Amino acid sequence: MSIIYFLIGCSVLMALVFLGAFFWAQKSGQNDDLYTPSMRILLDDEDELPSRTDKK
Amino acid sequence: MTAHTLLEKETCYHCGDERHTDEYQIDDKHFCCQGCQTVYQVLAQNQLCSYYNFNAHPGETRKRSDKRFEYLSEPTIIKDLIDYRDEQITVVSFYIPHIHCSSCLWLLEQLNKLNPAVHYCRVDFLKKQLSMRFDHRKLSLQGLVELLYDIGYEPLISLQDVIKKNNSSPKDNLVQKIAVAGFCFGNVMLLSFPEYFGLTAFEQNFKHFFGWLNVAFGVPVVVYSGWGYFTSAYQNLRNKVLNIDFPLALGIAVLFIRTAVEVATGTGAGFADTLCGLVFFLLVGKFVQQKTYHHISFERDYRSFFPVAVQVVKNGVEKPLPLAQLQTGHRMVVRNNEIIPADAILLKGEAMIDLSFVTGEAIPVHKTLGEVIYAGGRQTGQAIELEVIKPVSQSYLTQLWNNEAFTAKQDNRVRTFNEEVSKHFTIILLAIAIGSLLFWALEDLPRGIAAFTAVLIVACPCALALSTPFTMSAALSVFDKNLFYLKNTAVVEQMARIDTIVMDKTGTITIGNSSNIQFNGVLSAHQQQLIWNTCSNSNHPLSRMICSYLGNQKPLPISNYNELAGKGIEANVDDDQMIIGSADMIFGYSTKITGATRVHVSQNGLYLGYFAFHHQYREGMDNIPKLSDNYDMYLLSGDQDHEATELVKYFRPDAMHFEQLPQQKMDLISDLQHQQKKVMMLGDGLNDAGALKQSDLGVAVTDNVNNFTPGSDAILDGRSFSKLPQFLRFAKDTVKIIHISFLISLTYNVIGLTYAVTGQLSPLTAAVLMPLSTATIISFTSLATHFAARKRRLA
Repeated sequence: MSIIYFLIGCSVLMALVFLGAFFWAQKSGQNDDLYTPSMRILLDDEDELPSRTDKK
Repeated sequence: MTAHTLLEKETCYHCGDERHTDEYQIDDKHFCCQGCQTVYQVLAQNQLCSYYNFNAHPGETRKRSDKRFEYLSEPTIIKDLIDYRDEQITVVSFYIPHIHCSSCLWLLEQLNKLNPAVHYCRVDFLKKQLSMRFDHRKLSLQGLVELLYDIGYEPLISLQDVIKKNNSSPKDNLVQKIAVAGFCFGNVMLLSFPEYFGLTAFEQNFKHFFGWLNVAFGVPVVVYSGWGYFTSAYQNLRNKVLNIDFPLALGIAVLFIRTAVEVATGTGAGFADTLCGLVFFLLVGKFVQQKTYHHISFERDYRSFFPVAVQVVKNGVEKPLPLAQLQTGHRMVVRNNEIIPADAILLKGEAMIDLSFVTGEAIPVHKTLGEVIYAGGRQTGQAIELEVIKPVSQSYLTQLWNNEAFTAKQDNRVRTFNEEVSKHFTIILLAIAIGSLLFWALEDLPRGIAAFTAVLIVACPCALALSTPFTMSAALSVFDKNLFYLKNTAVVEQMARIDTIVMDKTGTITIGNSSNIQFNGVLSAHQQQLIWNTCSNSNHPLSRMICSYLGNQKPLPISNYNELAGKGIEANVDDDQMIIGSADMIFGYSTKITGATRVHVSQNGLYLGYFAFHHQYREGMDNIPKLSDNYDMYLLSGDQDHEATELVKYFRPDAMHFEQLPQQKMDLISDLQHQQKKVMMLGDGLNDAGALKQSDLGVAVTDNVNNFTPGSDAILDGRSFSKLPQFLRFAKDTVKIIHISFLISLTYNVIGLTYAVTGQLSPLTAAVLMPLSTATIISFTSLATHFAARKRRLA
């Protein structure tokens, strides 16, 4: 059963990695604007311009 | 004719406003004005017409706009506006009120197509904010703002910047604290389960290991996540205040120490999971309570209303000057729709000053040369030149902010229910804890200490601390859905205590600028055409209102046009002589008419009738008399009393006060407060700023929340004005819900205490009781608030 010590160590370590990742995300401002990206993704790409200006 | 009327009903391709002309047309697209057409042309040239594909009519109307950004080349002004600058790059963020749809987002993030000097642009939609990075060697800040202006997105630049303030607010790392507490809570729960389910003799080794791990997880929870409670409790104790943070800090400390001791001595499993859960839930409660409206500012004063710079004439040259440097003796030029930032004497030009924001007077006032014009007025019409006689900070209007109501700390706010209760709660809690310690200590000291700590653990007012934030945040989102934005959660309780309501007139209960016009008399189509032609030559606001009332008419030749200031217009249109103006002008004598402003019309000396301008009251004014059963209602207006007869429907005659100066309004509120009344003030303009601040609850009423509103506790969108009685009742319901949830959490505390005083609290009981009470409170408050909102028809 000594393997439990190792397993718990691993699980805590992994959880710490995730916690660290969250801190990093928070610090680098990834959670600052949670709304705009949801709109940005719905906008079509440039090339579908109206037929009038299709020379591009 | 049919084609013409058909066109009339059509809308502008750019802004969607009703279009009265087919003059502006390119590519089969019609526009309401030159401005909208120009924006379209700019976009078309740069192949950015997808802008119009995402949403119909995404633009903002350009009918009224002046392009004046010269001041943005002043280094002192630039310095205050930008976020960062090196030799090459400038980083700047602007607040752009018009951001409202996906088209806006798309276009603003394509800025580098319009000008390659822009390297990066990012929109924050909820904050209505655009962050840009650009090469300032190729594009100046002024050029950038002009570019934004050209595509129809004029940034709002004011001295008291909304963005700058939001950015400078101190960060408390609450989210990170919650993350740490949650992380520890999860791990500790996992490690505590084996103990709860019972370990066999064979597994006893693990007990120690798990115990120490639990203590280790407890350390960051106490030292990082929960530290705020200790500092706050300490500060409050120093100020001789017992607030809820004291028992919470005590609970956290006792939980941790007892856990550490139990694990160290091997006497038990400790309460690590209760500790982590407690801190976690408390912090979540705190997070929920923090509601921020990014695009609304409650702290605005005159500085955000005034321009950043003024045009000053020096040696015949016009130059922009930052407002802070404006001094007595300077000559400034104020153009159409610009605000006069300091008390000044009129030197040149036709001044027609719209003072509705300053005094509440609805109709623009004509000023003659040499007259003093007070700061805050908005010039309508041609450019005028003025000489400054007082610095900005000492002008008639802004000196209101030097008043004690603005400088003194707010102590007229009543203490919230939570503060009131937690004081008694703490004392009773300590009494029970010490009582049980003394009771057991005589025969069994360890049991006494166990009982003492158990009482502090079990009675830790977690649920109590959560009931207010969760109820309030639910209530706030109900208000928010109904376009009523409260500054913070304490405002709800404030609102429940109100017994007196004071209202401003212009802009608050009347709709700003739009008056109802009625013509008393009969006009033929030709006569309408004549009147329209006469009035279309005048810039007087009443003439403009008549023009828009008569709609689009064909122009006719005009001669002998003469506008008599303050009286009216005479002109020969076609072959008819028209006189339009006051009674004085037409009949030669003036009559004092109450009820409405009148403009009389005569054709070739024949009297045709008059236009009556009625003020339009907000929808829902009929609900106002209903309020007077429960509330004392007052009306405070800066305007003259010519509407008094109409307002009698809504207010008692002795409760209406007219021609009130800002200072008088403020004094009247404080008089009412001296009579032990809890006063709610509804206002809209700078003239109400003092009264709003002085009152117990200041509500700014506005038609557009992005516009300037004076500093207040809450901002009410004009469209929801009719819901005011419901809001007041709902606030009372909310307070009732808090009281009930307090009783529920107290019940849990009593149940826990019956175990605790015996000194035999098992960690499992505590671990079950704490989350259970929390869950009950959260679900009760959110459900009850929801039902209360349904009942008041606010959901």
